[in-house]
Amino acid sequence: MITRRGILDKVWLGLAVAAVVAALAPLASIIYYVTVRGISAISWNFLTHNFNQVGNNGGIGNALEGTFLVVALASAIGIPIGLLVGVYVSEYGTGRSADVVRFLSDVLVGIPSIVTGILVYSAVVISFPTPYNGYTAFAAGLALGLMEIPIIANTTSESLKLVPNSLREASAALGVRKWRTILLMMANSLGGIMTGILLATSRVAGETAPLLLTALGSTQSFQGWFNSVETMTLFIFQNGTSGTPNLVEQAWGASFVLLITVLGINIAIKMVTRRRIVFV
Amino acid sequence: MSTFPLRRGKNGAIADNAFRGLVFLFAALVPLILLAYLFELGSHSIPSINAFGLSFVFGSQWNPPREIFQVLPEILGTLVSSLIAIAIGVPISLGVAVFLSEMAPRGPREIIGAVVELLAAVPSIVFGFWGLVILVPQVVRPVEGFLQATLGFIPLFQHAASGYDLFAGGVILAIMIIPYVAAVSRDAMLTVPRSQLEAAYALGGTKSEVIRMSVFGYARSGIIAGVFLGFGRAIGETMAVTLVIGNSLQFAPSLFAPAQTLASLIANNYGETIGSVPVAALIEVGLVLLGLSLLANFGARLILRRFVKRGAQML
Repeated sequence: MITRRGILDKVWLGLAVAAVVAALAPLASIIYYVTVRGISAISWNFLTHNFNQVGNNGGIGNALEGTFLVVALASAIGIPIGLLVGVYVSEYGTGRSADVVRFLSDVLVGIPSIVTGILVYSAVVISFPTPYNGYTAFAAGLALGLMEIPIIANTTSESLKLVPNSLREASAALGVRKWRTILLMMANSLGGIMTGILLATSRVAGETAPLLLTALGSTQSFQGWFNSVETMTLFIFQNGTSGTPNLVEQAWGASFVLLITVLGINIAIKMVTRRRIVFV
Repeated sequence: MSTFPLRRGKNGAIADNAFRGLVFLFAALVPLILLAYLFELGSHSIPSINAFGLSFVFGSQWNPPREIFQVLPEILGTLVSSLIAIAIGVPISLGVAVFLSEMAPRGPREIIGAVVELLAAVPSIVFGFWGLVILVPQVVRPVEGFLQATLGFIPLFQHAASGYDLFAGGVILAIMIIPYVAAVSRDAMLTVPRSQLEAAYALGGTKSEVIRMSVFGYARSGIIAGVFLGFGRAIGETMAVTLVIGNSLQFAPSLFAPAQTLASLIANNYGETIGSVPVAALIEVGLVLLGLSLLANFGARLILRRFVKRGAQML
């Protein structure tokens, strides 16, 4: 029987499906164009050679190297601090203080990345001049490290909270010291903690805005921590907006490498753990 | 007595206290980092604050050669582009959330949910580059042409439509906030008690009626929190907006006029700002942006907390 209410139901379903299509279409389009336009730029040469403005045989060698090193420094800062903050929230914080730290950590997650860039620009870049006006790989790693801290802290405390309390009690009953008990709990939730670290790392590897104000970009290989440095995202930004067809094509190539890496990590995590990969 | 390896050694108490001290020290870093944002940006903005006072946020001139720095157009550009993103992105997000929580069968639900989440993993610069080369020429410009042809008599739609404008910025932001708003809304919808849904169905409600009354009603504050979070994301988003919004230093009251946001203003001045007042002004732009994002975030978090305290399990 066709009723007004029955039709209304179909309309709602239609609208919801339309919304899903509208949400997925951009992702499909991005993957399509990045793949179609990017893959033709990829070659062994492209992956290993440094940027070359004039010739056709330039590549993303120095950008890959820079991203790898900057993200490594960020993780060296972000992982230990994030882990310990997460341990505090889950294992030590009593009621209100843990609540406050968790709340502030959530707020830190929401601070725009360009503001973190301005913070490091203000505290490090303009305060410690170097040959490149203070723009350094160190400052870039610091900015991305600051962004990793709250993400890793939140994923760590959430993973630790999933460990049943009976395990903590059993450990304490055996006379195991609290710090060792906590290490055991971390070992128990290693999967969740590692997932959080991987997600945080892949998230900051795709950052551009804070790097404009810290890394600045470079056409050369890594020149040490106290010189400016190139990254994949800066490469895409600079060449993608250059208007030179040859360089725009290279930006598509770099986008392809970056996108399959980041999406690959996220898809793998989603398939293995089924956990949420959106940080809110 | 057996020597269980994890048992307390002679120095057990010392190790315990050392570990505890380390953990507390690092936990204290969290509030300190937040204070560092406020203090660093605040103190380094002083030359600009002294030079411009309130005219920094109420004036409309950004003129580096004359060293005049005022950001009202950028504040408006930030707020309006984010509001466009909310206007377009929230209905889509709610549709996705309703579909995933109430309509989809189990199999497609998981896959579609995962793919929508993947949208959040795409780097902002890739969104921007795609927006610059694909979205604006292929979608935004034709849509603007159509809107002008049909609704061009409305002032909001009057401006030479290049495609790189406030509307394009709003559209790309809308796409980018969908995974966040949808995730929070879906969580909120999943907290609706089964009994409440069953009661509504038992009263003879159709699916759409149950969703409208029971689901939206119950999940309302969670959804509002999601909207705030999406807004917070949108105002701070940088690269994607910078590449499509046209980067004009003026704000014109038209959707099709080029504009600029606080974040894109910073991005457009990277690497070339020299001198005490210009540098301080750039940092003050960051301070204003930090203030706006903290407002949106605190709002969202407070609503979420109240929601959680009500007994709902989420996040």
